[in-house]
Amino acid sequence: MPHADRGSLWDSVSAVGHRAERTLWGVEASVRLGELVGSTSLGGRLEELRGRSVLVTTRDQLTAALALIELDGVASRLVLCPPDLPVQQVPFVIAPAGVDALVSDRAALEVGAPCVRSVVTCSPRLAPADCERYPQHQTEWILLTSGTTGLPKLVVHTLASLAGAITGDGALARPAVWSTFYDIRRYGGLQIFLRALLGGGSLVLSSAEESTGDFLIRAGARGVTHMSGTPTHWRRALMSPSARRLVPQYVRLSGEIADQTILDHLRACYPEARIAHAFASTEAGLAFDVSDGLAGFPASLLEPRGAEVELKVEEGSLRIRSARTAVRYLGSPGEFLADRKGFVDTGDMVELRGDRYYFVGRRSGIINVGGLKVHPEEVEAVINRHPQVRMSRVRTRQNPITGALVVADVVLTSEPASTNGRNAALEHEILRLCRDALARHKVPAALHFVPVLAVAATGKLARPHA
Amino acid sequence: MSVRATVISQFERVAKDQHKALAPLSDDLALLESGLDSLCLAIIVAHLEDTLGVDPFSGAEDAEFPVTLGDFIRFYEDAAR
Repeated sequence: MPHADRGSLWDSVSAVGHRAERTLWGVEASVRLGELVGSTSLGGRLEELRGRSVLVTTRDQLTAALALIELDGVASRLVLCPPDLPVQQVPFVIAPAGVDALVSDRAALEVGAPCVRSVVTCSPRLAPADCERYPQHQTEWILLTSGTTGLPKLVVHTLASLAGAITGDGALARPAVWSTFYDIRRYGGLQIFLRALLGGGSLVLSSAEESTGDFLIRAGARGVTHMSGTPTHWRRALMSPSARRLVPQYVRLSGEIADQTILDHLRACYPEARIAHAFASTEAGLAFDVSDGLAGFPASLLEPRGAEVELKVEEGSLRIRSARTAVRYLGSPGEFLADRKGFVDTGDMVELRGDRYYFVGRRSGIINVGGLKVHPEEVEAVINRHPQVRMSRVRTRQNPITGALVVADVVLTSEPASTNGRNAALEHEILRLCRDALARHKVPAALHFVPVLAVAATGKLARPHA
Repeated sequence: MSVRATVISQFERVAKDQHKALAPLSDDLALLESGLDSLCLAIIVAHLEDTLGVDPFSGAEDAEFPVTLGDFIRFYEDAAR
């Protein structure tokens, strides 16, 4: 297994597997990695980008993937622009990152960066070129996360920090075919992109324009063996009849709390697969995988044992120190990613029950009911246990007496029996589940049966007030 | 169903859901003596907003908070008018 810190991404890609047999599949086009020898997606303009701070802003994920492969080690900085970044926010990325070149499949004006003069067009239609991809820089990879002010925060990683958890697929008889519901320009998707490239496998890329069902059919047709997404992605996938088109060996969840119900549903749908939930965040990096089929994680993970990743719980939240955490924020003076000892506070609240820690929710998402705290996620986990519930979202509702109350929007596995969106018997059953498992103030004051729940571009449930 | 009957039925329903012993309901019963705590009253207010379509508390910053069940019912009757 190559170590990513020994060379560029292209070096590592070249060092494992048979390039000619490995493919990156987009929706419309595909590229075999071997084709990148002696040809380029950048129209032969790689040298122009040497040492530059490059904003990679493409509609298409395959195009972005090719640019990242070609530019690591060549550009000084790669700024990964997620496709949903509003055009008016682009200047707030360009300035702190010192962007002086664009790689795009669109015009500079269209991506909101008219002042960047150097614009290189990238395309999955490769052009023959005599390009020397010799690495010269330890490229900084800049990922964007949503900041509390509404503007994106710029998080600095290196290929080494991003790939720190990747140990290769050496044990596999055949190279893995990876896929992910995530966009590869976000941490969760980028992990899978790098796993496929550094582990000798292939990758099927998703598309925001494609339905979950169509994506599953396409992934199934390409023989995907390893698949990742958020619990919300997976809940939606399991609502699709096309979920059975997939025959994965490995199913991975990350980005949100994996409750026992979704783990059990995935086990039932994919009995042959290893099902793992990973804990990672853009800032903290990948901390650990849990693959014993149970929600939460063993408390023994917190024991100091010279591990690569050190975990601790302080004031109820999980803190992480490892070589996989991001380096720093760009352009947020006075804002530190880690404390003085190098621990990143994830803001994810955990609770010890027996010998296991369970995630209960985000610190920022707490609902205050008359001075008592409620994590939406802990209520959702209970609601989701009902066999007729596919997914749920718990949110706050203002109240003149207690300040706030908890209410829940619930998506059922099938349409409710009555047509007016209320089903008294089912509502009663779900609330009884909640009353048996939760403190009174955590039980929803109202349930609303809804056909769908909004999902953010991150693949997580949209939580407007979180 | 009248506003009065809706309010009364919500008091009874929430008391049952929350396993609270409800005092005999009369107009001069003080809300604090009703056997319901503030979480119960909060839930009643939310349910009444859903069923009656009004939340008299939202536009009533200077109005006096109802003290008795009778006040509470009138509060809703006025708002629903």
